[in-house]
Amino acid sequence: MPPFLFWIFAVLMLTFGAAVVLNRNPVASALCLVVSFLGLAALFMSLDAFFVGIIQVLIYAGAVMVLFLFIIMLLDIRAEERRRINWLGVIGGTAVAVILLIQICVVIAHFRSAGQAFPPLARSTTDDVWNIGQLLFTNYTLPFQIIGVLVLVATIGVVLLSRREPR
Amino acid sequence: MITLGDYLVVSAILFAIGLAGVMLRRNLIVILMSLELMLNAANLSLVAFSRFRIGGNGLPDYNAEVLVFFVITVAAAEVAVGLALLVALYRARQTTDVDDLTSLKF
Repeated sequence: MPPFLFWIFAVLMLTFGAAVVLNRNPVASALCLVVSFLGLAALFMSLDAFFVGIIQVLIYAGAVMVLFLFIIMLLDIRAEERRRINWLGVIGGTAVAVILLIQICVVIAHFRSAGQAFPPLARSTTDDVWNIGQLLFTNYTLPFQIIGVLVLVATIGVVLLSRREPR
Repeated sequence: MITLGDYLVVSAILFAIGLAGVMLRRNLIVILMSLELMLNAANLSLVAFSRFRIGGNGLPDYNAEVLVFFVITVAAAEVAVGLALLVALYRARQTTDVDDLTSLKF
């Protein structure tokens, strides 16, 4: 991938990620989150991780965002815009995030491999999905089944939580 | 030339945006969205390291991509449960603002 495409998608993703936090309206935040996830999926593709990029689009930009928009539609979302801003909290939260960012950047600056370009890939006879699936169903069979149970428990839990209490 | 450090810095900025969102927004829906941003920042650095660490056969390290798969699955389950809790909370209290939920405050 040419370098300018990396910078375009990185700036797009970070701009809309910041817009998620800065928008007062949750619907606008959710739509900015979709654009941010699509930019991130493009970055995954630029790293030759096509399977991860596709499931990023399918699960996040598809399923999770539909869930968010449905919940926003169900609830009253106008309540927040009347509120005044707690400036002490805003300054404190931003300061902690900036300090963490500076710290991570210092760590990256001292990390020797960070300045190296990515080595070229060999031509694979099998595609990306096949390679990941092979690993998932041989080395990671038990975690894969555990994650299946986790999703089942989450589904049952969601149904239980959102059921109306019988009076 | 795009280096590993560029991807790591982009990932760090995205994580910081998500952390700032969790700490300075008061709306629970936006807090959940910011959590998603942080999880995605971790995924980006995992995939960057996977592409950087070429195995003996010249292919990327797919273990990291399997981990990303697990992270995305757990994140989807987490969002579903979080939003169900939010709906239950809204039924009980008619609010999604964390400033109104002070029952446990000392």
